[in-house]
Amino acid sequence: MSAQKPERGPLWREELPVNAGDERYVNRRQFAKFLVLTSLAMFVGNAWIFLKSRFTKVPRLPAVPVAGIDEVAIGGVKIFNYPGPEDACLLIRKGPAEWVAFSQKCTHLSCAVYFAKEANRIECPCHEGFFSARDGRVLAGPPQRPLPRILVESRGGQLFATGISLDPEA
Amino acid sequence: MKARRLAAERRGLTAIDGVIALIVLLLVVQMWLLTATLETVLAGHAEAALPAAIVSGVLLLSAAGLALFVRRIDRDARA
Repeated sequence: MSAQKPERGPLWREELPVNAGDERYVNRRQFAKFLVLTSLAMFVGNAWIFLKSRFTKVPRLPAVPVAGIDEVAIGGVKIFNYPGPEDACLLIRKGPAEWVAFSQKCTHLSCAVYFAKEANRIECPCHEGFFSARDGRVLAGPPQRPLPRILVESRGGQLFATGISLDPEA
Repeated sequence: MKARRLAAERRGLTAIDGVIALIVLLLVVQMWLLTATLETVLAGHAEAALPAAIVSGVLLLSAAGLALFVRRIDRDARA
């Protein structure tokens, strides 16, 4: 009795069992699946932003003395740190009793900004981002967000930083 | 018979390509939405986060629906 061998195709068909036509479909199906997974990642990112903005509490910042009232000349600038020792800020004296203060970190790529007195604006030297020296709003350049404004109060001959506002209209 | 099958396959592939182009379009909108939401929230306008998340969810459902449509075309074209 001789055992019958099953009929076999050519060796290449065993090694490459997928038809070219079928493979084109599989590639497109897998690509569509990959796109949907990427879309899911985008949704997760948006949901994370929502949850973080919803459940993160804004900390109450302490009042910190930053300068004496007559320490800075009109049109002059003083650099101080607020709220932490690493957070550099600009204090600008605009008039006899008018001070504004902003974070010194550009909202584009975190370069240090400076006050350009002759143009009356705050400038970022890295990518030519310009901010209003009145409220920190973006005037031109790549930054998308205004400079965070440091709230300044005058108390008994001393200027105090009392908080941070992200909204230039506030 | 084979020619008809090939024509059906080609039609199916064209339809799938069109649907994939639509999914890519939705994905580009979703990417823009994510970056715009991040910028807006960092600028202190947290109220924009909820509508953006809802719209992103709708776009995800649309993309998933289109992907299911791709599977159906695939099944029909190769039946």
